[in-house]
Amino acid sequence: MKPRCFQIQPDDNVATLIDDAAAGSVELVGAAQGEIVAAEHISRGHKIALRHLAAGEAIMKYGVRIGHATQPIACGAWVHLHNLASDLDERSGTLDLHSGAPTDTASAYV
Amino acid sequence: MGSIAPEVDVLATSWSGYLRPDGRKGIRNLVLVIYTVECAQHVAHAIAAHEDDVHVIGFPGCYDNAYAIRLLLALARHPNVGAVLSVGLGCEYTQPEKLADVVRQSGRPAEWFFIQQAGGTKSSVEKGKAILSRLRGRIRAETRRVPMTLADLTVGCECGGSDGTSGLAGNPAVGAFFDLLVDAGGRAIFEETVEMIGLRGHLLARAANPGASQQLAAAYDKAERYCKSVRQWSVSPGNFAGGLTTIEEKSLGAFAKGGSRAIQGVIRVAEPPRGPGLWILDSVPDDHFLQFGYTNPNDTEGIMDLISAGSQIVLFVTGRGSVIGSPVAPLVKITGNSATFRALEEDMDFDAGRVLDGSLTLAQAGRELAEMLVRVAAGEPSKPERLGHREYFIMYKHQNTPSLSEGCRA
Repeated sequence: MKPRCFQIQPDDNVATLIDDAAAGSVELVGAAQGEIVAAEHISRGHKIALRHLAAGEAIMKYGVRIGHATQPIACGAWVHLHNLASDLDERSGTLDLHSGAPTDTASAYV
Repeated sequence: MGSIAPEVDVLATSWSGYLRPDGRKGIRNLVLVIYTVECAQHVAHAIAAHEDDVHVIGFPGCYDNAYAIRLLLALARHPNVGAVLSVGLGCEYTQPEKLADVVRQSGRPAEWFFIQQAGGTKSSVEKGKAILSRLRGRIRAETRRVPMTLADLTVGCECGGSDGTSGLAGNPAVGAFFDLLVDAGGRAIFEETVEMIGLRGHLLARAANPGASQQLAAAYDKAERYCKSVRQWSVSPGNFAGGLTTIEEKSLGAFAKGGSRAIQGVIRVAEPPRGPGLWILDSVPDDHFLQFGYTNPNDTEGIMDLISAGSQIVLFVTGRGSVIGSPVAPLVKITGNSATFRALEEDMDFDAGRVLDGSLTLAQAGRELAEMLVRVAAGEPSKPERLGHREYFIMYKHQNTPSLSEGCRA
């Protein structure tokens, strides 16, 4: 079965993967139906860009702004800590991209 | 577990509960052992070991704290609790005798003693077990059984270990149940105002009246001030690994557990809802105490807050999975991630991930959850309850009283 991603509101520009996806075709379900091509591996629970996003552009999920793009994001790319930042939380940008583990308290582990 | 046939209306289902002197109804009939300092912790647990219908809570600090005392007393007079034994070492600030006095004034039997006056560990455990057996015998014989329906229930909800599915399925399933509960005349409580960050407008738009709106604005603004001051937003490494990227995104998912009904106002820790309907619990400390202190340092702390507000059952939504439970009120674990449900089926009660694979609508999930909760309310143990999980955490904190929510300082 083709991996699926779920779009919550019609004006969202990202969707959430319901299954782990390899680079390639992903079925789009929820507020919109169709197909999108994942540019890279994206894990279940993570987000995929539904169109090209410019640096500084609002990222929309649930029909609400959840932060802004910190660099241009290609359609089908994985959207996470490396290219999406909170408008409020500064610390999240310093976390390890894959594990989410903190890097700014590393010096305390001595 | 067979589900109730569709023609049976879960909203009208009745079961037998325990009537407390204040008129509230419990779904369990427990004896609570409370220790008043860490030094009495071992003895308290040894007293309760291998005893049916006995739970333990306590406060570890030698120096007392008004917030912690109010929390202990709210749990001691919880509708699921019939009697209390408080045990102190003998030199701490928190007074087991005073706890027992206040509990007795609520019409419940209560006893207390100091370990230093009872002859040490072994003698204290023997003495405590004898008291327990007496208290349990009394409440089993004397507590009046009464019919209960959803209108008599207060249910709290907390989420923890959230992932990308929590906001899509786990929390919305609870939201669908909360709508049912509110329509049935019950009380629904959700908390974590630090997980409403970014949603000020959404939150205020849900207020039932101008007073509620004022309370919500004050609670929201304090939560945002808190997060900015401590430079810690309520989002963890596991959340990021699970696909959540920003606090705003997590907030939207967390807020989904509030369903769609109007919010009646804000309550604070150890304070019951002031009427039926949907309420928000503010557990964030007030500004001036040690420049804030900490809000919910872990999931268990938040669950204890919800129980202190009188929740007879607490729902815990976890996308990544968790193996905690709670004393006083059964914890029911819900996941929106079917893979997590399969991986941790020993501990997970409800698989809301079926909403994502299309085998269940959100409305069906809410109703199925209501049916499960009615069975738990009628005495069927939840999975954490059956496994013997009784994690608790009570900490130093400061919240003003009378509460901000009454508008005195808002």
